[in-house]
Amino acid sequence: MTTQAIVLLIVFLLSLLVLAYPLGTYLAQVGAPGTIRGLGGVAFFERVFYRLAGPKATADMNWKTYALSLLVFNAFGALFVYAIQRWQVWLPLNPQAFGNVAPDSAFNTAVSFVANTNWQGYAGETTMSYLTQMLALTCQNFFSAATGIAVVYALIRGFSSRGQSTAIGNFWVDITRSTLYVLLPLSILFAVILMAQGVIQNFSAYKEVALLDPVTYSQTQTNAKGEKVLDAQGEPVMEAITTTTQTLAMGPVASQEAIKMLGTNGGGFFNANSAHPFENPTPLSNLIEMLAIFLIPTALCFAFGRMVGDIRQGWAVLGAMTIIFVIMTLVVMGAEQQAHPGLQQLGVDQQASQLQSGGNMEGKETRFGISASALFAAVTTAASCGAVNAMHDSFMPLGGMVPLVLMQLGEVVFGGVGSGLYGMLVFAILAVFISGLMIGRTPEYLGKKIQAYEMKMTSIVILVTPTLVLLGTAIAVSVSAGTSSVANPGAHGFSEILYAFTSAANNNGSAFAGISANTPFYNTMLAIAMWFGRFAVIVPLLAIAGSLAGKIPAPVSAGTMPTHGGLFITMLIGVVLLVGVLNYVPALALGPIVEHLQLLVAP
Amino acid sequence: MSVLRPTLALFFLLTLLCGGVYPYLITGVGQLAFSNQSQGSLVNRDGKVVGSALIGQSFTSPHYFWGRPSATGPMANNAGASSGSNQGPLNPALIDAVTRRIETLRAVDPGNTLPIPVDLVTASASGLDPDISLAAAHYQIHRIARARELDESRVQQLIEAHQQQPWLGFLGEPRVNVLALNLALDELKN
Repeated sequence: MTTQAIVLLIVFLLSLLVLAYPLGTYLAQVGAPGTIRGLGGVAFFERVFYRLAGPKATADMNWKTYALSLLVFNAFGALFVYAIQRWQVWLPLNPQAFGNVAPDSAFNTAVSFVANTNWQGYAGETTMSYLTQMLALTCQNFFSAATGIAVVYALIRGFSSRGQSTAIGNFWVDITRSTLYVLLPLSILFAVILMAQGVIQNFSAYKEVALLDPVTYSQTQTNAKGEKVLDAQGEPVMEAITTTTQTLAMGPVASQEAIKMLGTNGGGFFNANSAHPFENPTPLSNLIEMLAIFLIPTALCFAFGRMVGDIRQGWAVLGAMTIIFVIMTLVVMGAEQQAHPGLQQLGVDQQASQLQSGGNMEGKETRFGISASALFAAVTTAASCGAVNAMHDSFMPLGGMVPLVLMQLGEVVFGGVGSGLYGMLVFAILAVFISGLMIGRTPEYLGKKIQAYEMKMTSIVILVTPTLVLLGTAIAVSVSAGTSSVANPGAHGFSEILYAFTSAANNNGSAFAGISANTPFYNTMLAIAMWFGRFAVIVPLLAIAGSLAGKIPAPVSAGTMPTHGGLFITMLIGVVLLVGVLNYVPALALGPIVEHLQLLVAP
Repeated sequence: MSVLRPTLALFFLLTLLCGGVYPYLITGVGQLAFSNQSQGSLVNRDGKVVGSALIGQSFTSPHYFWGRPSATGPMANNAGASSGSNQGPLNPALIDAVTRRIETLRAVDPGNTLPIPVDLVTASASGLDPDISLAAAHYQIHRIARARELDESRVQQLIEAHQQQPWLGFLGEPRVNVLALNLALDELKN
């Protein structure tokens, strides 16, 4: 690990705090009814939206109505994304004349973008028309993030209510306000900044540019019908081709890039995602993108503190998240900076110096080097973003294990927009429950008694994703449809499958991208993992919110366990790590840990 | 069915706003304020577009600086289909590829005994990396000076003129843009 990496981490965390603290105050206002001073113009649009949405669009909802509205809205969104992909050839803004997306891939992508996963089985610049990118994918980047914020608002209201009713707010109001007041203005700001750095934004067809040095490459020869020409042995005939031009993919990238980060979505416009220079051109754009990923999840911690009337509660949750995040980041930074023993033997210079970053540069960009690639990897998997600026598949074994573990902790270390905080609050409930058992008192969190019903729902929330991950992985490694997609041999191949299901069920979306996931088997299996990983968590969570809302808060007494101090933060970290370790250590032992040992003994 | 009307109304209103108005607004801002960046930071020479400052090109002639290896198909640096190699650290194909790249570099520059910098023999993440480390640029001075019959110090000066250092010492890496460097090399000749 280099000094530069440490400085980068510290600057990143401080900048984040400076930006997120005021945004948290603002988010608390957006989550409460009423107009926000100085934003009358937005309020006008808001009222027009509610008028068109009908008389029930602003009425208070109990948790069941809230959940139903959420599910219908998201299911309709999935249908819409599927339809646009299947019809794109007949729709405008398709200068490269891309054909309709195959049914299984379109289904996977529709679920993926609705579930805030943005797993990509397809390659953006060779598959999706500009219209599909904008109307289907960019929109779901907004809506899935707004859905996450809505759910966390509902849960916070469950804690902060005085117990007079079981209402937890109104879903339509929550998504409309989250989009109009938060996501859209921030996206406009970030998109403009990213464009200034060099992120492209246009509707041109792909551009042909002249090369300085012509390129010769070999390709399988095809006949007039587009079939491969075979020689006498039945092998494809290769032909040498020299080209003097390069084709540059274009598109409305900046507008999608901004919300991709801010909404912790992570679905790249291009196949290489944020490693692509048109998505992430400079070290500064890279820092801005990392800040954008953590901005709303961090601000929501402060909003939570304000909405429950005790900012220290927000600090405690944020403190637990930050401690886990920093430890994990240091591990991946150290792992990636080390020299690859195999390359060492070949005499390759991997030492960090004034002239190079050194370290494991396979699958990394020169402008990001080791420090900014490792930090990005930790950020994108701590948050359920899943954008990548380096190929995680080529990380060193322990370096690649960090993103895997951060996802397996349930995406609660900052986590997704909304989903990170609601996930962490569920762990907080579990932590007070265990503490309550230890000291023999009825557990309370923020004045609300935690009882059998809440604990049942908490168990479901916590157990759904590990079940999906481990069952999915077990099925995939048992059938040839699962194992034939693997790119790397040995333990690393197992890691690719484990990573895919971990990423899908926890709604992250990054990949050990060597795996060929655009097959009917993986498209279906991963879509199932993504859908239930998202909505089988949200529904019991809303049930908790509804149950808590109806409870009269207990006054603070000498026997109340404080949930803002160091003891509680330690307890919370302990519970998160314990659940993660118990679920996943056997699987990790078969993947990255074995691989690490093999690397050490490799000749 | 009280769910249906708000679903449809809000879905299409928000779609219009986020999927229509918003991207066109950003495009408009881009055309007005960032006309070069929004179009791909294209580089011109003698009135002809010769690439993007942000996208790496493939260089294989001895008289040019070579960029990062690229794993895109069917040709290297295919900016219409970005991709990394996704080879794991223990994949024999990775060691094979690195070995081949070392052999190529040694064969074209037999007198050069410097250790080869890691970024010159490992594939970039996007397959389109426009930069190489300063170490990788320095490694190639010997070959280029010979191929162009230039003084090594002349090539060295060119690197120094184009190099980028980490901003404030922590943001970014010591690097140089390969296309810019090669365009400057061609200028020297004329």
